[in-house]
Amino acid sequence: MVPYLFLGFAALLVATALMVILHRNPVTSALFLVLSFSSLAGIYLLLQAEFIGMVQIIVYAGASMVLFLFVIMYLNLQHDVEKGAQIALRRGIGWMVGALLLLFAGLLAKKGWVSGPVAALPPDTTGGNAAAIGRVLYSRFLFPFEITSILLLVAMVGAIVLAKGRPAPQGEAE
Amino acid sequence: MAALMQNEAFQVALWAMVKVGIILGVMLGVVSYLIYAERKICGHIQARTGPNRVGPLGLLQPIADVGKLLFKEEFIPAGANKVVFHIAPILAVFPAIVTFSVIPMGPAPMFVVTDINVGLLLFLAMSSLGVYAITLGGWSSNNKYALLGGLRSSAQMISYELALGLSTIPVLLRSGTLSLSGIVDSQAGNLKAFGTTLPLPNWGIFHWYLVLPFFIFLICSFAETNRAPFDLPEAEGELVAGFHTEYSSMKWALFFLGEYMNMIVICSIMVTLYLGGWHGPGVDKFAPLGLVWFLTKLFALLFFFIWVRWTYPRLRYDQLMGFGWKVLLPASIVNVVIAAVWLYWRANA
Repeated sequence: MVPYLFLGFAALLVATALMVILHRNPVTSALFLVLSFSSLAGIYLLLQAEFIGMVQIIVYAGASMVLFLFVIMYLNLQHDVEKGAQIALRRGIGWMVGALLLLFAGLLAKKGWVSGPVAALPPDTTGGNAAAIGRVLYSRFLFPFEITSILLLVAMVGAIVLAKGRPAPQGEAE
Repeated sequence: MAALMQNEAFQVALWAMVKVGIILGVMLGVVSYLIYAERKICGHIQARTGPNRVGPLGLLQPIADVGKLLFKEEFIPAGANKVVFHIAPILAVFPAIVTFSVIPMGPAPMFVVTDINVGLLLFLAMSSLGVYAITLGGWSSNNKYALLGGLRSSAQMISYELALGLSTIPVLLRSGTLSLSGIVDSQAGNLKAFGTTLPLPNWGIFHWYLVLPFFIFLICSFAETNRAPFDLPEAEGELVAGFHTEYSSMKWALFFLGEYMNMIVICSIMVTLYLGGWHGPGVDKFAPLGLVWFLTKLFALLFFFIWVRWTYPRLRYDQLMGFGWKVLLPASIVNVVIAAVWLYWRANA
């Protein structure tokens, strides 16, 4: 049962991820991204990582994508308006980066640096994996965790400062 | 076939499907009579009778309404994004239905569809997906009023979701689990305080550090379900009907269904987190009584929702945002800290 579900979610994930970059309408692309996040959450659930699966939906599909959509709708981006030299340049860069990535992957495989499928660790089911993640996050990965929260705080302060705009020059009416 | 029936996994799946079917059917009935109740209560609050023409006491009114909606003309505005326009009403109903699968309506295993150990997170995830229905419905209609309604609603729901999520944390700190059945179990028995057993149930709301979160959750749930005094997305005085201005027939009905289902879901979660879930006198002797207690609490809260809607005027938009960000959010953060310190101190004292 689980392998078939995995195949379904994985196929959905790949298909929707492709639609994100292939569709011309930005709003539709954003909606496909929501769908691909949701199918990724489904794969997490199959791996018995319910906590990460749910957080994936809350944070990515629920919160960030809504803001994304918000911005796209506000700017009223209807279609891809770039053409000619601009789009050719962008496509060229895309092809180059893709080729590099493929070359790199080939090199890794040839040298035998790809470790291949590792033996799966049995999931910690005692007390749910929310508790397990909390324990690891506040002990072994405490430093990266704190650094990330400081980074987010800086981003938040920056956003507030930007949103406030420049103070009005002295003597001018509001 | 007989071998399949013996299979344990198949039995679990079969029972889950049966329960889902029952819940779905009952819920549709409850929603249509909730609308009737809303109209009746609203009528009496405004010193009139409400619907009383179709059937005895107007009890057949919901059936007449649904029949009318089914046969109405379906209208799609010119320039609308057709696919998104069709998807939005579906998205309004889907999250609410999914959340029902984790709500313990009585003692497990009979009255619970599934008890996943991240039940509360599933509720939060689904409520964050609920924003899409309104945003997309407003945007795809190609109508300025609908777009403004949709934008307002997403800003409002995102803002109030934070305080809503934070107000559930003290409950989690107390019960030590994210499973809704676990949270209900932690509220069994009588309240113990000052070294004695008090004649009060051990419900969340009777713990002093959960009183403020309960009220924050209550206020946020008005905002999350887009009901008065926070029904800015469909403020008819300024935005015609908000995000569903261009919707008609069954698509409009789906938005309506979604709103009422969300109301039932959020009230069920409130009962589960703060009001002891299905616990009540006599449940330990006769398990199905748990369902009765659960429904009693649920309908009391639903009545309260309707009561508030017809009593309070609508807030102004900047008041709504200011209240959410400057009052509710800091209050719930401070409460999380206080509850955490208190629980830690009590555990180690």
